[in-house]
Amino acid sequence: MKNTIAERIQDFLKQFPPFNYLKKEELLSISAHIRVLYVEKGQYIFQQDNRCHDEFYIVREGAIGLYRNFESNQNLVDICDSGDLFGLRIMIIKKNYRMSAIADEESIVYAIPAKVFEPFIEENKEVNKFLLSSFAAHARNDYTETEKGHRIDNTISIEAAKDLSGLRTVSYRKKPITCSPEDTIRDIAKKMTKKRVSCMIIVDDNNYPLGIITDEDLRVKVATGIFPITTLVSQIMITPVFTYSKKVTVAEAQIALIKNNLSHLCITKDGTRNSKLIGILSDHDLLVSFGNNPSVLIKETKRVKKLQKLRYIRKQVEKLLKSYLEQDIPTPHIINIISEINDALITRVIKLALKEMSSPPPVAFCFIVLGSQGRREQLLMTDQDNALIFEDVPEEDYESIQRYFLELSGIITKGLHTIGYEYCPAEMMASNPRWCMTVSKWESQFREWMTTPDEEGTLLSSIFFDFQYVYGEVTLADKLSDVVFDGVNKSNRFLGLLGVSALQKPSPLGFFKQFLVEQNGEHKDTFDIKTRAMMVLIDAARILSLYHNLKGVNNTLLRYAKLGEVEPENAALFESCAKAFRVLIKFRTRQGLLHHDSGRFIKLNTLSKNDKLKLKRCFRPIRDIQEVLKVRFQLKSLM
Amino acid sequence: MEFWPKKKNKNHPDFWKEYLSLFEKRGDKLAFENIRFVAFDTETTGFDYIDDRVLSIGGVAVKNNSILVFDQLEVYLEQEVFNEDTVEIHGIRKNNGFDKITEKKALELFIQYIGNAILIAHHAEFDRRMINKALQRHGLGVLKNKFLDTGVLFKETKHLVYRNDILNSHYSLDDLCIDLKISKSDRHTASGDAFITAMAFLKIVSRLKKKGVDIKKALL
Repeated sequence: MKNTIAERIQDFLKQFPPFNYLKKEELLSISAHIRVLYVEKGQYIFQQDNRCHDEFYIVREGAIGLYRNFESNQNLVDICDSGDLFGLRIMIIKKNYRMSAIADEESIVYAIPAKVFEPFIEENKEVNKFLLSSFAAHARNDYTETEKGHRIDNTISIEAAKDLSGLRTVSYRKKPITCSPEDTIRDIAKKMTKKRVSCMIIVDDNNYPLGIITDEDLRVKVATGIFPITTLVSQIMITPVFTYSKKVTVAEAQIALIKNNLSHLCITKDGTRNSKLIGILSDHDLLVSFGNNPSVLIKETKRVKKLQKLRYIRKQVEKLLKSYLEQDIPTPHIINIISEINDALITRVIKLALKEMSSPPPVAFCFIVLGSQGRREQLLMTDQDNALIFEDVPEEDYESIQRYFLELSGIITKGLHTIGYEYCPAEMMASNPRWCMTVSKWESQFREWMTTPDEEGTLLSSIFFDFQYVYGEVTLADKLSDVVFDGVNKSNRFLGLLGVSALQKPSPLGFFKQFLVEQNGEHKDTFDIKTRAMMVLIDAARILSLYHNLKGVNNTLLRYAKLGEVEPENAALFESCAKAFRVLIKFRTRQGLLHHDSGRFIKLNTLSKNDKLKLKRCFRPIRDIQEVLKVRFQLKSLM
Repeated sequence: MEFWPKKKNKNHPDFWKEYLSLFEKRGDKLAFENIRFVAFDTETTGFDYIDDRVLSIGGVAVKNNSILVFDQLEVYLEQEVFNEDTVEIHGIRKNNGFDKITEKKALELFIQYIGNAILIAHHAEFDRRMINKALQRHGLGVLKNKFLDTGVLFKETKHLVYRNDILNSHYSLDDLCIDLKISKSDRHTASGDAFITAMAFLKIVSRLKKKGVDIKKALL
């Protein structure tokens, strides 16, 4: 009998190995036995150390992250995209899983029963070969981890590194320190100490590399007394050396280092041993290039041509963030760096989207980000809130030009989604016609919110007034700021209403000073750190900045600093607000990194007593600043 | 349908008696993960409950956040009634090579297939009525299953800011595909639409869960 659904699944499977080695009828019979899995972000498909399921998986849509717990860390091993197989262990070993599979975003996965597929492995050589090799790729990864611990940054697997290979060629150290084979060990040890290097390349008269000596060799072979320090280096050097041309990619270099158990590679002019030495590459250089360096990340962002690679960069940013938090680097500094990278990522996505359009933009436009991104306080990946402003155009062209920008925004928001920014559930995105308009329409929208404020208006204005220019014609965004400040000067009532909404936020503590948790929904029994604590501080800073006409400061911390300057009598309060905000944002980020989410909902039982006290200390300034608002704008009468 | 006292009809075929027996005992409340849902769709000659006929039925089972492709039904029916206008939509002509079965046989297969599953359909009222009318033509009773309507569920997922626009609007399956990002392949075949409905159901349920909405309240 006809089975349309199975046919469609077969159409998908046949594009990917090993299914492309199978006949249509074979594939149809497999397809008819499939289970289509829908997984939400963060949901497990299987967990490390659990028994293998009797099925394996292929990603239909979305992305599945494979993670390995190592000690208490959860390390990303690989990301599976559309067409990638995972959970193949059942087909080969049938033991417990050695990794966890977690949905990295909302995904659709096909589960293929092992029993149904098994006959094909036995019958079809190509299928067999493919499965063994893809299984081996992951197995090798396990091996390097256990044997060498953290020697190679194991969050990037060989598979992942392959994907990075197009990303860039290595940056190596030029003008390496060299010596001749006739030098004595003492000579070169002196030279290495003087130049503060950990290795030395031995070259011949033509500057061709002959061998290498590292600190380790000096320790093992000389300090132990096996060789006297008067020995010639040629006797203890390791030879031959592994050479590559300067075109070697990061991935190739990494694999070469792992495979041959090396710590250094020589870079020569034509890549062979019989050409001039031009540089040296150490495993340390590789680690650095793997993204613990924000300027490298920004540089890479500007160069990347594929969204998937931007996604890897964003993953690296998360790692960077983690290490910063561990090192207790000051929060404002972290915020700056992460915002810079975020901006670079968004700019890149916009540029890539512009290339996809069939024609250049008909008029000047400006892309802005809103909310936490606009305030440049977004450390973790949260929802994308953005909007687009374009120049005024004649009425008759409006529709076609808006259509152009809506299409562009559609590509941009989809791109941002691909690299990991969730769509905004309230559709506050430039792809929504309501938030993609000419500058004068925006101006009248802003004015409307301020002159006839209703509940929706105050909600939206608190999001939209914290906008930040990202790309395009900056003067368009400036016009909007002028409107905001102009309007505020005319109507104190608007500030009053904003103030009311800041006072109406649910309070963090109950009558007995206990934490108040959510009563129902997905986040039942968690503490909503955003609404119950951070929002009040954010809102208060915004309202008071508007009150004082403080233009060009969107960031909550900066706002409090500025407010301290214009209101010296309240400087102490503002400082404590800023401090509380710093602590809260750090809390949220830590929680977010721990649970791979926005960190907004905190499970109280995961906090130590000390943490809880720290949190509670932040709530005092919240109450105080609410009092200030109440008095200043006579909010009692409005509430 | 409840105006007349229920009469035991001795002439009912076995499959119908078996079907009814599934609803007799009040079973224990199943956990959501264990409930069998069947998403289904019918293609018809038109939109008139009396004159138009069912041309095909497609259904696929949903359980525990997954769509069970191995638990599906796809039948094409022999019908005398024919409507040139709707052929463009579903592509089913009177004789175009599908293996067709009688309406009676199709209903039997469908009833056996769904059992006491909770049925999911988009604008479910239409499909329910079409099937009920067909059942009655063959001297059988109406469907006893509980129903869920993806059109109704979808409205629940929308953000409050936009509720006002939504209350008055009517969401087609195409609208759902766009909003929930579901591929529209095989749209307007009964099985294709059933699969899309199943996918939409899973996505909607996940969104509703996040909002703390109880799905059981939406049972029709």
